Amino acid sequence: MRIGTLKTSYAADEALFDTALQRGLLVALLVAAVVFPFVASPYWLFLACLCAINVASATGLNLLTGYTGLVSLGQAAFMSVGAYTVAVLEIRLGTPFALNLLIGAGLAAAIGILVGIPSLRVKGLYLAIATIAASVILHFLFSHWTLTGEARGLSMPPARLFGIAIDQPFSLYWLIMPVTMLMVLGAANLLRTRIGRAFIAVRDRDISAEVLGIPLLRTKLTSFAISSFYAGLAGGLWAYFFRVVTPESFPLDNSIFYLAAIIVGGMGTILGGILGAVFMTLVPELLKFGANWLTPIYPDALSALAPVRTIVFGALIVGFLIFEPRGLVEIWVRIRRFFHLWPFRT
Amino acid sequence: MRLAGRDPILEVERVELRFGGVKALSQVSFSVPEGSITAVIGPNGAGKTSLFNTISGFYRPQAGTIRFAGETLDGVAAPERAARGLARTFQNIALFRGMTVLDNIKLGRHAHMRTNLLDALVYWGRARREEMELRAEVEERIIDFLEIQHIRHAAVGTLAYGLQKRVELARALAMRPRILMLDEPVAGMNREETEDMARFILDVKEEWGTTILMVEHDMGMVMDISDHVVVLNFGQVIASGEPRAVQSDEAVIAAYLGAGDVGEIARRIRADAA
Repeated sequence: MRIGTLKTSYAADEALFDTALQRGLLVALLVAAVVFPFVASPYWLFLACLCAINVASATGLNLLTGYTGLVSLGQAAFMSVGAYTVAVLEIRLGTPFALNLLIGAGLAAAIGILVGIPSLRVKGLYLAIATIAASVILHFLFSHWTLTGEARGLSMPPARLFGIAIDQPFSLYWLIMPVTMLMVLGAANLLRTRIGRAFIAVRDRDISAEVLGIPLLRTKLTSFAISSFYAGLAGGLWAYFFRVVTPESFPLDNSIFYLAAIIVGGMGTILGGILGAVFMTLVPELLKFGANWLTPIYPDALSALAPVRTIVFGALIVGFLIFEPRGLVEIWVRIRRFFHLWPFRT
Repeated sequence: MRLAGRDPILEVERVELRFGGVKALSQVSFSVPEGSITAVIGPNGAGKTSLFNTISGFYRPQAGTIRFAGETLDGVAAPERAARGLARTFQNIALFRGMTVLDNIKLGRHAHMRTNLLDALVYWGRARREEMELRAEVEERIIDFLEIQHIRHAAVGTLAYGLQKRVELARALAMRPRILMLDEPVAGMNREETEDMARFILDVKEEWGTTILMVEHDMGMVMDISDHVVVLNFGQVIASGEPRAVQSDEAVIAAYLGAGDVGEIARRIRADAA
């Protein structure tokens, strides 16, 4: 439907959403996001919040793994840093929630930088193992430290704004959704500046990146910092959402979940991170729906859910790697390409 | 020499580079006058690319120094050398294939931009201003100059070889180089593409005032456009000077065509075998 691009300024050509159709869709999406909490049931609101938290974390991992090419299995551990920090601050000091979230994310970023230091020397699988090691250390720390409630974990009071507790899915939605949207917008902005280009340069050819004046270690550490900042912020939101943080809240499985989300969604695209995280969050719900439907025929369906979920996740990852290696986003790109010149040419 | 009056912008002094027992460069000394086109030639394996990699900062020479614009480059890391104005292209194109032509060129400016993480996340103020200035400059000075307007939004991987070489030159120009190092800029090109590239190189020198140091095998082009030629063989400088003088140098002819007397070679081989 787009006949030509008739731009008259460089700013218009560099805009994130450069056609009227895209801007229209964006507005429609924003309106839907505002209307949604007034029409949806608490269960759907709960799912929407969970999706948003996962989108925030997956977007962070996408910056690190999809754009900078550094494979990390520590995303859940960085989330736990944010979650525990928020819980401890809320319980001990009762500081405002926005401050707690920022401190949690900042601490996660600092630890992310520390974990990222070996990335100058080790790559690929070896780096993934190093990030697993960091996860194990953090898990050990949180499950043995009295400040973090040892194995019992921490139960925390809800976030408060002007004395009103944010403890229902409806109010939490208004905290989590805007923060996630800002984070995604920030990531998209980052990628159209020198920093985003440097990430991609380091991923594709680190030697020629150096010749262009891009310092490798600094760029990689920047990527680790921003990625774990996103994880920490997502973890903080998670803490306010569930209000119980235990050492088992963020197992290694969750890190694999986020990696799977960006593979399924499409690595190295912002939209891919969003689609993948939403899709992977909703798959277990679909399975639950299927199990409920099967119960009259096969009474044990619900108890088989956990193992089936694992198998389905595995099958999805393998399936996408083989049949759609660029992820869900590629399907969207194909649809868009089809409609570009439609109905004049198909 | 024609350019004898000008100060050298790059001085290579008694540089030694060894890989284990292999001497890649031995006692290499030469200088590149500012505003000149200097060509480094020599047979395969003479050490030309090793020399380039040493100047870019990939290899650390065991001895000798390299001075750029009067300052030593000893112990200066590759990205810092780039920031000081040392740009280069590679023999086997080192572009980012998945990125668009525009983004590839913009990457060249990385070291000269100040946008930090916070600016970038909000894309307001400095980030937006810098990006817009960069875009305008890339469009108006570089893309226009190299005649690649039609491919600016194309992914580099989809382009023809000659165009990719041109994009790599564009990216190097975006670095605002004081010296531009070209590693075989016309290798694998046909006559027409070679002539285009030669014209671009001459224009870069004339319009931008950039000094050019290139490695090239195309003797026709080297002799036509360079002001100064350095000949390497087995890691040593065997001749240097104006193109015409180098062309008639006996050591150079021997290096390219082999020593004249067949009987002499046969005697040497027999002596070696004994």
